[in-house]
Amino acid sequence: MQERVIKAPSDVDFKWVGTRQIRPDGVEKVTGRAQYGADFNMPGQLVGLVLRSPHAHAKLLKIDASKALKLEGVKAVVTRDDFVEHDSDLMAAGEMMVSYKDISRNVMARDKVLYEGHAVAAVAATSRAIAKKALKLIDVEYEVLPHVIDEMEAMQPDAPLLHDDMITAGVNPPPSKPSNVSKQMEFVLGDVEKGFADADFVIERTFKTSPVHQGYIEPHACVANVSADGYADLWGTTQGHWVVRAHCARLLGWDISRVRMTSSEIGGGFGGKTVVYLEPLALALSKKSGKPVKMVMSREDIFRASGPTSGATVKVKIGAKKDGTITAGQADLFYQAGAFAGSPVSQGAMAAFAPYDLEHVKVVGVDVVSNRPKVAAYRAPGAPISEYAVESVIDEIARKIEMDPIALRLKNAAKEGTQAAYGPKLGPIGMIETLEATEATEHYKTMLGPNQGRGIASGFWYNIGGQTTVNMSLNEDGTFNLIIGTPDIGGLRASVAMMAAEELGVEYNRVRPTIGDTQQLGYNFLTGGSRACFSSGMAAVEAARQIKEEACRRAAKMWDIPEDAVDYENGWIRPAGDNAGAHEPISINEIGKMAGKTGGAIVGSSKINAQGAAPSLGQHLVDVEVDPDTGKVTVLRYTVIQDAGRAIHPSYVEGQYQGGAAQGIGWALNEEYIYNKDGKLDNASFLDYRIPVASDLPMIDTIIVEVPNPNHPYGVRGVGETAIVPPMGAIANAVADATGLRFTSLPMSPPRVKKAIDEARAAGDPNLKV
Amino acid sequence: MKHHVSFTLNGDPVEALCETEQTLLDVLRDELNMTGSKEGCATGDCGACSVTVDGRLVCSCLMLGVEANGKAVDSIEGMADGDHLHPLQQKFLEHAALQCGICTPGILVAAKNLLERNPDPTETEVRYWLAGNLCRCTGYDKIIRAVMDTAAEMRGA
Repeated sequence: MQERVIKAPSDVDFKWVGTRQIRPDGVEKVTGRAQYGADFNMPGQLVGLVLRSPHAHAKLLKIDASKALKLEGVKAVVTRDDFVEHDSDLMAAGEMMVSYKDISRNVMARDKVLYEGHAVAAVAATSRAIAKKALKLIDVEYEVLPHVIDEMEAMQPDAPLLHDDMITAGVNPPPSKPSNVSKQMEFVLGDVEKGFADADFVIERTFKTSPVHQGYIEPHACVANVSADGYADLWGTTQGHWVVRAHCARLLGWDISRVRMTSSEIGGGFGGKTVVYLEPLALALSKKSGKPVKMVMSREDIFRASGPTSGATVKVKIGAKKDGTITAGQADLFYQAGAFAGSPVSQGAMAAFAPYDLEHVKVVGVDVVSNRPKVAAYRAPGAPISEYAVESVIDEIARKIEMDPIALRLKNAAKEGTQAAYGPKLGPIGMIETLEATEATEHYKTMLGPNQGRGIASGFWYNIGGQTTVNMSLNEDGTFNLIIGTPDIGGLRASVAMMAAEELGVEYNRVRPTIGDTQQLGYNFLTGGSRACFSSGMAAVEAARQIKEEACRRAAKMWDIPEDAVDYENGWIRPAGDNAGAHEPISINEIGKMAGKTGGAIVGSSKINAQGAAPSLGQHLVDVEVDPDTGKVTVLRYTVIQDAGRAIHPSYVEGQYQGGAAQGIGWALNEEYIYNKDGKLDNASFLDYRIPVASDLPMIDTIIVEVPNPNHPYGVRGVGETAIVPPMGAIANAVADATGLRFTSLPMSPPRVKKAIDEARAAGDPNLKV
Repeated sequence: MKHHVSFTLNGDPVEALCETEQTLLDVLRDELNMTGSKEGCATGDCGACSVTVDGRLVCSCLMLGVEANGKAVDSIEGMADGDHLHPLQQKFLEHAALQCGICTPGILVAAKNLLERNPDPTETEVRYWLAGNLCRCTGYDKIIRAVMDTAAEMRGA
């Protein structure tokens, strides 16, 4: 049995941190009582539905809703005329930059529809049946335009142009004509030409990946209730209700204080619920009708009209010496942004070579629009694509010089002090520690059978912090209420409550965490960028410290001694030294009971802009078996080894590792967007867009390696995203090991694998092993 | 014209008026306010709406509400006995077998149905039985372990 958690040395014995507590929201979730986005209803609510474009690209000549409005039971219709025009300035929103001109046009088409499924009108009616009928009565006149789906075709000079005013940014001098390239950027370290000249050999490959959807099981859903005075309540599923509030207010031209948003339980997001689709429409419909409006997106619409991540073309060139020293790395990334600018190509460029300590790096990123839904963040946005390509070439280098792939990575591993191509010098990171832990696994030493192969790949994600507000109250019976502002998608309440209980030295179950609405706390940035446990944990610790300090002040007051003559330890307040007088220690519970008589409620309120987020490095080790007759790749064994900083709740850290691996397995082997010649999506359902099911997967072993983040009170790094970065490379390397063939395009689905094997056999390819 | 349907839900008699096209899931969620069963796809592909009808596991989004007339429907809301959780529910909490929790009701209903038929399933049998229930968060590992552990405990009881 391998060690599941490789602990960091610590001079403190933690009571809660590192243990596996029952989550506070667990019972509600296993009994069906937890309320998710679509589970909330208001008396008298209307049903809102969206009319969507059947065309991939068309001018929107006319929208006439007069017939629909005459239908009995129809209370409101909104179109482009109900949304104010915005300028195109880019603003930071999550890990992406956004333009309200684009968001506005994405939630409701204005002059053109830019992809199949693009919203053109929304209707609110007293029943779903009436709303559906009303959609058919809205008369829309289109002038269909030629469309383009593939990013490389979209870059051709004669490609259909999506936006007349798109002048490529980042090119000097700026191009004189518009194109579908919104921007070009690069990160350069050293001089790659010099590095390639120093190499004994250079490998250059081109890779292609398909867009994949986040695939959260819970559809987008919300209920909006705008009262006659213009103030609005919004209930819905989101990764960040302050962000949704801001987007909605901005799109509608309202003051932010007019929108109160309550986040429901959230049924998965993975980045896809960091943006708005239905919420501004529901608010506009509610304002117009004077009634609450509920909207729920269908699964088909989720596929057609909500953000997948980019598909991409990636060119990678790496030079190395015969001893395995990498002398230079270069990558050109062409990422689909969907219909509007803003793919995660910058993040992909930052991450591309980040696991390695290289002297010469050049990464160029290109953001390309085409007639697809606008991409949204998806778990380590951008990184899985570029790192898949890089890790595939790294593997090829190892095979070429017959070097162990872990040894090759160890030789070139990034470490504390490494200058990253994207700017910073890295702090303590766990690349070497996770590689060594991988090498030590029993998994790495087992023998493989016929048609089987083993692959490994590294992954990097940098993680973020950001604005966070937490409020903690000591109740009058000595229990605690903890209000967090980052939605809990998978164990956050438990982890943050554990850190607060640890800090206070009190029982975990005396701390009751809830997710506050936008009226209850100051601004909170969203749950994303692996920031929630890091940032809300940091803020909760700060709030707990405030409570401890206040508790000491109250005790000092009662004992009539100076405040600095009082100590707090493990939930008890005691005189600090002999000269403080002989007072019996008093518990924090007792302080809570007496708070009313000693100065009123005791509250910790922390508002931080969390700094010091640190990258998490991981290794994935996978065994596959390839069926040469069908092309099916079966994952036989899988181990994730990742640096958590410190694992607050190891079970939920493991869950992130396992879930990331499973999503990556889907990305590697099955998931893709299939467009037909009309630019319409042919597989907009869970039947045809097949995410991994239980029978597709083995157990996913995990090893948590702890290399604490020195910038966090409990060493947290953030763990949610890195785990989706290595799977595609690891599986491609395992398939190469099994078949002798290098697959450079995803997914490695049965028809593609079979075709490659058949062709290699027909050509007498000496590398073919199956 | 609405139809009057009556059936038992978690052992209690219920009745509702529903349109012909309303699914059993619509009737449970929209007419009876039982929102524990979730709609993830409405096409029978995700299993989030799993219930049992006369002991048979079904996607309630694939069955019309009127078809439930006279039948015995069991949903997630009937799984715990008051504040006493079913062993599966308890094990799911102990194993951290849920992250976002949206698929959890359907998976628990399906797993309970499996253990009623087969108290000693192999890992492969559990995986195939639950293959109709999509989970995007967990990679299924902890779910499978929780079901196997529950089965072992219930056999020992």
